[in-house]
Amino acid sequence: MLWNTILLALRDIRRNVMRSVLTILGIVIGVAAVITMVTIGGGATVQVTQQIASMGSNLLMVSPGKRLGPGQSTGDIPFKQADAEAIARDISSVAAVAPVSSQSIKAIFGNQNWSTQVTGSDNQYFRVTNRSIKSGRQFSDSELRSGAAVCIVGETVLKKLFGGQEAMGEKIRLQKLSCEVIGLMEAKGQSTMGTDQDDIVVIPLCTYQRRIAGNQDVGFIQISVQGGVATEKVQQDIERLLRERRHLSPSDDDNFNVMDMKEIIKMLTGTTQLLTALLSAVAAVSLLVGGIGIMNIMLVSVTERTREIGVRLAIGALESEVLMQFLVEAVVLSSFGGLIGIVLALAASVWLAEILHVPFVFNAGIVLIAFLFAAVVGVIFGYFPALKAARLDPIEALRHE
Amino acid sequence: MTMIAFSQTDNQPIIELQGVTKVYGTGQAAMHALRGVDLRIDQGEFVAMMGPSGSGKSTCMNILGCLDTPTAGAYKFKGIEVEKLTRNQRTRLRRFYLGFVFQGYNLLNRTSALENVELPLIYRGAPAHERRAHAFQALETVGLKGWESHTPGELSGGQQQRVAIARAIVTEPAVLFADEPTGNLDTARSREIMDLLIGLNRDQGVTIVMVTHEQHMAAYAKRIVRFLDGLVESDEPNGRKA
Repeated sequence: MLWNTILLALRDIRRNVMRSVLTILGIVIGVAAVITMVTIGGGATVQVTQQIASMGSNLLMVSPGKRLGPGQSTGDIPFKQADAEAIARDISSVAAVAPVSSQSIKAIFGNQNWSTQVTGSDNQYFRVTNRSIKSGRQFSDSELRSGAAVCIVGETVLKKLFGGQEAMGEKIRLQKLSCEVIGLMEAKGQSTMGTDQDDIVVIPLCTYQRRIAGNQDVGFIQISVQGGVATEKVQQDIERLLRERRHLSPSDDDNFNVMDMKEIIKMLTGTTQLLTALLSAVAAVSLLVGGIGIMNIMLVSVTERTREIGVRLAIGALESEVLMQFLVEAVVLSSFGGLIGIVLALAASVWLAEILHVPFVFNAGIVLIAFLFAAVVGVIFGYFPALKAARLDPIEALRHE
Repeated sequence: MTMIAFSQTDNQPIIELQGVTKVYGTGQAAMHALRGVDLRIDQGEFVAMMGPSGSGKSTCMNILGCLDTPTAGAYKFKGIEVEKLTRNQRTRLRRFYLGFVFQGYNLLNRTSALENVELPLIYRGAPAHERRAHAFQALETVGLKGWESHTPGELSGGQQQRVAIARAIVTEPAVLFADEPTGNLDTARSREIMDLLIGLNRDQGVTIVMVTHEQHMAAYAKRIVRFLDGLVESDEPNGRKA
């Protein structure tokens, strides 16, 4: 008896090809959209998390002004190199302290030019940012002290200016400064913020101050804390030290900001997750729209179906058999649509992950949820119009206009 | 599956109505379609039910066919009190003993003639090979050999009605109900259908109850029952033909 019901359901799917295809399509689009969005969003979140791990959670950044961001007021008292030296000397459990100043400058070599981030710092910079020198060397003490015209370049700058040719010993021009390439940094890729970390030229701070900036200021100070030490404690120590050095009375607000990189990254992760949630909501709407599409198709065909149900009842189909047939039909269509949707979504996710450079993270939960939702929608809209018709007296169903 | 126990004897009528009424709606809007019909039909009869629109002939046939239920009165089919049956039991009665031919054919669209005819056998649970053999046989009986794979859209009105008749007789029903079977057909096609019904009644002993409002269609029957205002007006053998 069940086999007969399945036979009838399959015959019905076959004879209503258009309706079946449209039903499946609605489910396919909904399921594929939800799964793709969530999978890609999940990949992006994982990527951010991985970057946090690679960056280390022990980074502090000290900048002048009350807070980091667009509201920064001018006229803040800038840091000097002495501030960085004081932190390195007075604060225990600090692993490395790097005073950093930087700005975007056009670098020129031969007939090539490339606008890049020129950073003035010292060898501590490489320790703090966890970067190593791939070839060549770091700055020597005398170069740092005298403000020599030497530089260490990142991968991107090397490619843009030298096109992969030997750069060591060549001289690149930064504004009026012509400096010799003495080292090449290991490639690091994109940062959490989406900037290219290899698009950089590092020169000694002294050189930067004299030849580029024309003052003795330090833009900000980057600090890495020793492993196993709470950054909060170090943060407080630095604040106390800087308040002292800047002669702030207890009633004054800080005119500098010590920021834990962990917080910035948490904020970024939050943003990524929010974005994922947003995209998922959009995708959920498309699933809903797919469901409404199915409902429309089913309701449009309800007159024809009601008469058919009348015929079936008249020639001896039990109410339960008619309903079972429609249920099987709805389940078959929905699951088929759901499965196509899943396959499509996984293919699209792998492809998009490749293009967007995010890892492909399979999320079994969302696949299951999307599939079940599609199945429920399909069954509800396929089954309930039939339920109403099957309860009618056969003669009423036959007369349905 | 609950089978129905018959208490049939040889001279018992296959259909017996006593004081059957049917009221649609309630109160002021109540419409009395049948006002107390007594009717007895024996095995092997060919009965035409006639009457103007609204006389109750179709309502009566729907009640006889267990497609509709009477408001009051008794209906015995082969001795069974139909009004005491459950909905599912009435469905089984239709499944195993009754066949229907409608004015509008009521075939399933986009479905081959063969599959349409097979349908009642599927609900009977007949095995596939038996189903196909019977369906081919029934289509041959109605003169549609070679048209098995055509869908209703590819068939003429007369052919569609033949498919409907094949679907009705494929189960070898005890009674065949035909509601204005020639209502949508021209005279020549109508005559073919009527000849088919007469042949079924004569050669296979199928009891036929046919509703029509056309005198020359009723003339094919052995007995004519005339309805007027929800009552049987006259009930007599068809003198001209019988």
